[in-house]
Amino acid sequence: MRQVYMDYSATTPVKKEVLDAMIPYFTEHFGNPSSLYTYGLEAKDAITKARGQLAHLIGADPEEVYFTGSGSEADNWTLFGVTDKLKNKGNHIITTKIEHHAILHSCEFLQKHGVDVTYVGVNPDGTVKIDEIEKAITDKTVLISVMLINNEVGTIQPVKEIAELAHKHGILFHTDAVQALGNTPINVHEMGIDLMSMSAHKIYGPKGVGALYMKKGVNASNYLHGGAQESGHRASTENLAGIVGFGKAAELAEKNLESHIKNCSSLRNYLIEQIQKKIPDTIVNGTMEHRHPGNANITFEYIEGESILLMLDHEGISVSTGSACSSKSLKPSHVLTALGVPVEKIHGTIRFTVGDFTTKEDIDYVVETLAKIVGRLREISSVDEKKGW
Amino acid sequence: MALYNDTVMDHFMNPRNVGEIENPDGKGVYGSPVCGDMMQITIKVDEKTDVITDVKFKTFGCGSAIASSSMATEMIIGKTVDQALAVTNKQIVEELGGLPPVKLHCSVLADHAIKCAIYDYAQKHGKTYKGLEGFDPEADDDDEQAEGCSGPSCDKK
Ligand SMILES: Cc1ncc(COP(=O)(O)O)c(C=O)c1O
Repeated sequence: MRQVYMDYSATTPVKKEVLDAMIPYFTEHFGNPSSLYTYGLEAKDAITKARGQLAHLIGADPEEVYFTGSGSEADNWTLFGVTDKLKNKGNHIITTKIEHHAILHSCEFLQKHGVDVTYVGVNPDGTVKIDEIEKAITDKTVLISVMLINNEVGTIQPVKEIAELAHKHGILFHTDAVQALGNTPINVHEMGIDLMSMSAHKIYGPKGVGALYMKKGVNASNYLHGGAQESGHRASTENLAGIVGFGKAAELAEKNLESHIKNCSSLRNYLIEQIQKKIPDTIVNGTMEHRHPGNANITFEYIEGESILLMLDHEGISVSTGSACSSKSLKPSHVLTALGVPVEKIHGTIRFTVGDFTTKEDIDYVVETLAKIVGRLREISSVDEKKGW
Repeated sequence: MALYNDTVMDHFMNPRNVGEIENPDGKGVYGSPVCGDMMQITIKVDEKTDVITDVKFKTFGCGSAIASSSMATEMIIGKTVDQALAVTNKQIVEELGGLPPVKLHCSVLADHAIKCAIYDYAQKHGKTYKGLEGFDPEADDDDEQAEGCSGPSCDKK
């Protein structure tokens, strides 16, 4: 059976060049980077190189990049570390309703420990309401955190503008760039970003490696305590091979950025165009103007998303859904809810994300299969497509 | 590894008795799209013998909702109304060989939909059944609702 992976925002395969770069660091150059003999120094050099590769991709100085165990850890570190560091200044954070759970659940935890959090809404097109951010600012606000690209609807947020707003009020600005890295140009200094979360497994690197960019002088409190790794900012013996892989993936992402964006967005646009041509009653969620190049988030009216996902999987196609029925929490997507998509339509929403190994033939296969599946499920559905909801 | 077992997948991929009976003797709709699941069931009943001779369903919902709808129709065709009223969610799930625990409360609406259809039949034909005693078509007895979901009840549209 044909296999078509269309969930690149969930994770990506490790590229061969990346894997090749990693393997010697499992077997030959396996030293502990903290050791003072040759094995250790080799390992340390490899991490320094990777730090440089990642820093280069985002326009940072290498000393401003700290490797972590994941994007989630970078998000947690930011929220816990900044609120702790600045607890004498204030106890208020502003973020948005469409953040990843790594941000939202950390904020909920902080709320139980005396931190106030304002969750700002978004416009129906998925762009954050900047005026609401401005209104939410108080003299107790210590951090504004707004994701650069949303993981469900792919909308790119105007973080440069939001960073300026934050700085005007003397507030730090963090962005979760886990989905953005390698999918849109990033220059942390030009964009005025103080802290930024990243993850390797979304850019054809390994899982379980992330990074936090922290601008010189920001000095959020440590989150992991122990040894003096990462210049004393993050304890844990480094995930050596993982970090090497992240560095290589970052180097490739930088080299391929333009062509990656161009190819993915043209395939994605073709996917949307074909779906709209061949399948009636579909809705594209989120603006098409500033959007993740691979993301298509589409509602198929009158049917439920888990059913679509299962039938696609049966035909070898991997996608994800915003439907409550396929989430462990049984809650419909908080992102689509924030966009104002009615719940019954959220249930029928599928996220497709294309990436570097997607072909036009893959898309033709997906659209053809999808048209049959949607037609079949609409025959089964108790919602009459002629009468509508 | 798979989310659902083979029986559930079979009833999901090849659901039995899909459709709508024209001029049904009873019709029931249970659930709502807001909650993520809505099942419609239409039945034909032989008035003399009280045997359900045909059942068709239509369901908006996830894999387990479609599979349990399909299984439920198979379980009541050829049965008397009283026998059909005795079918429980639990039996449907057992016949399916089990469902993942998170799916149990949210997607098995078939027994309610069956009751709604039989209630409709009983109303129209002036019949009373023991199994319908205390059955309130407006009741919302599903207490674990998705947010913003105002509990399902029989819908007479
Ligand atoms: C926007 C966003 N933030 C954070 C994360 C978490 O990253 P990781 O999987 O590395 O913990 C993800 C991954 O799903 C994401 O999409």
